[in-house]
This record gives sequence, structure tokens and C-alpha cells, in this order.
Amino acid sequence: MEKLQHTPSQTIGPFFAYSLSAEQYGYNFNSIVNGNLINNEVEGEQIFITGNIFDGEGNAIHDAMIELWQADANGSYHSQFKQDEFNGFGRLGTGTQEDKSFTFKTIKPGPVNNQAPHINVILFMRGSLHALYSRIYFDDEQNDKDPLYKSIDAERRKTLIAERKEKDGKIFYQFNIYMQGENETVFFDVH
Amino acid sequence: MEAIDFNVQPPHLYPGYKSTILRSPTKPLMIVGEYLKDLSLPAFGESVIGKFDNDLTKNARKDHDPIGERIKVSGKVMDDDGRPLRNVLVEIWQANSAGRYIHKEEIHDAPLDPNFLGAGRMLTDHEGRYTFYTIKPGAYPWGNHFNAWRPNHIHFSVMGHQIGHRLITQMYFPGDPLFEFDPIFQSVPKHARHLMISKFRMDWTDPEFALAYEFNIVLNGKSKTIFE
Ligand SMILES: [Fe+3]
Repeated sequence: MEKLQHTPSQTIGPFFAYSLSAEQYGYNFNSIVNGNLINNEVEGEQIFITGNIFDGEGNAIHDAMIELWQADANGSYHSQFKQDEFNGFGRLGTGTQEDKSFTFKTIKPGPVNNQAPHINVILFMRGSLHALYSRIYFDDEQNDKDPLYKSIDAERRKTLIAERKEKDGKIFYQFNIYMQGENETVFFDVH
Repeated sequence: MEAIDFNVQPPHLYPGYKSTILRSPTKPLMIVGEYLKDLSLPAFGESVIGKFDNDLTKNARKDHDPIGERIKVSGKVMDDDGRPLRNVLVEIWQANSAGRYIHKEEIHDAPLDPNFLGAGRMLTDHEGRYTFYTIKPGAYPWGNHFNAWRPNHIHFSVMGHQIGHRLITQMYFPGDPLFEFDPIFQSVPKHARHLMISKFRMDWTDPEFALAYEFNIVLNGKSKTIFE
């Protein structure tokens, strides 16, 4: 049978927030997901994933939307979304902090099968005509055994590594995304 | 699994749309289908959807109906074999009938409508179908170049079953005279642009209430055995 043609992708544009991330931006429309992935008691190490998204001139982007999708501390994805439980799915726009940063509150994922612990990233912004996929790995894990990580050019792997920092008794992993330049983040074609 | 099909999809860099110049990857994407092909996206349940979430004429109504032409927008979400994708989260946002977004950064000098937000969402049903009621959005200027105007459009965010099923796109209306002037629309190869244009469906109208447009969405990626 002949395949149907896929619907073309278009940019998210600058004005997505009042629908896709309304509570974060203070619009009167509730949000299904947000930047806090911990709605309840959940097993695992509590962490914050924080960073900026930079354009080709090094300016932080204030109208991007980033989605995270991760396993729980035991390496299981909670694919059936349940409100008020840990779901492993988060979403934030970069337009509510003065420094244009995002900060997700979550737990550190466990390893899924033979892979190193990681978080999937889906990124949209004004000026991008596609969903862009990437991955966050952790600088305190054995990433070299991860099949996907190993398959990336050695000199570009570091763009996927989040750096652990402790501040005021909290654990932060810094993960910046560079659209272009020397440290251009590795993006995936998942199709 | 195969790579993004640029025969149908826009390039990453489309200089006519100026913001792509500093915001598009310059290095080829890494093809990783073999590692990610089995990764599901979260499946949302009906409990996350509010009663009027799919009716934009009602979900921000205060004391009057919103101003503008009431329309129904409906269609199916499918995989590329034409199989319906059930339980897919479809989120939309749009300008009001005057071409004004409620977003705080919007500066276009057109009136806001106190009875209209412009945001909606729903899950596809057993046939992969969704239906929204809304107000036909107006055109608006956007500053990409001198006197740049966007054709009327509704933004769609679609979260299907698998990682490759994540799509954000825009739905346009048939016969818009602004198509030939809009670089975002034109970023898509010419022969594929019709895939973003809704069809007017007289036979789907709610008689003497709302005109109807059909917009089907085909996602890239295998559909799994249907879950419920
Ligand atoms: Fe728009």
C-alpha cells in the first residue's frame, strides 16, 4: 500500500506559552505538565536540571520550549500518564526567568537496560522549523558503555554531558544547549 | 526507520525566515533510529482534559461569546499507513479574529477579545479523530521583513505514541492570498505545502451554526499495537 505523506513540521513560533505552558507564564489555562516532575513521594535522588539555550551569537534564547522525558530511578518509563504521580515528562518555556534559564525538578533516572542514565530532550523554538531531539547524560556516570553515546563523534560527546554542582544542599546538573558554534549540541534524527 | 524526509519537510536553515539563521543546527543530525525507535511517549488519559478544553468559543468566555466567525476544525491523526492513532494529545493555540495573540510579548495593534484565550486541547478518539470549535484567526504582521504578514493559521502540537511522533505544525486555510508572501509557509517544499492546508467541508458544517474545516495529520514513525 502506498504510504501517506507526513505532515510537514513548522515552527512553534513565539506565542506558544498560553497554551503549552500556561501556568508557568501566569495565563488562565491549567497545564497538564510543567517543570516539576515530582508530584509525590518518589524513590530516587532529587536533582535539578538547569541551563540555557544559546543562539549562534551566544545570546540566551527566551522563546524556546524544552521537554524532558525520562525513566524513574529503577530505569522504568511510566508511559501511562497518571496525574499526581511521577511520570517522567516535563515541559518548560525559557521566557519566565530574567536570565532565560530553565530549571526542572526531578529525580536522577536509573539505567535503562544496557544504557547509561540519561534524559531525552525535545526542543522547540521560534526560528526552528523542526522538533530537535537530544539527550542529557551525567558527568558522574559511566557513559562510555552507553551504545548511543559511544556512537557519537568523540569530540562532540561532551555537548551531551550535564555537570553536577551542589549548592545550598541541593544537587544541580548544568546542561546548556548551543544551537551553533564550537560547542554545537548534538541533535538526533530519530526517524 | 529512515531519516527526516526533506522532500516533504522544511530544511533547518531557511534564510527567508530570518530567525532560522542563528537558531538552526549547522551540523547534520545524527541518525539514531536504531537506539530510540522503541521509545514510547507518555500516553495521557481523559482525566487530564477539561470539559471545554476543545471549545475555544467557551473556554475563556466571561460575559459574551467571542467576536468572529465560529468554525469547527476536525480531522484524524494517523500513521503513514493510514492507521488511526488513538489517544493522541493535540494542543492548539491561535490569534483571535482580529489577528491578536493574548501572549504578553505580542505588540500588534489589534484588539484583544476579553472572551477569547485562543488555547485548546483534546485527545483523539477511537478513530484517531479530534474536533475543536473556535473562532477563525485573523492575519497579523510579524516584522520578519517590511510589511510581513502571516496567513491565517492555527498552531498544532501533537504528541503521538512514540518519540518520532512528536510534531508541532501550523494549519492554514484554503486559498489564503498571503501564502505567496510567507516564508514560514514557503519553507516547506512546494509540492508538500497542501499538506498543511485544511479543506473546507460544507458537509461537516453544523447547519446555521459553524462552518467546518478538515485537517488530517500524518505522523512519522511506526504505530504500535493499539493500547487502550
Ligand atoms: Fe502564529
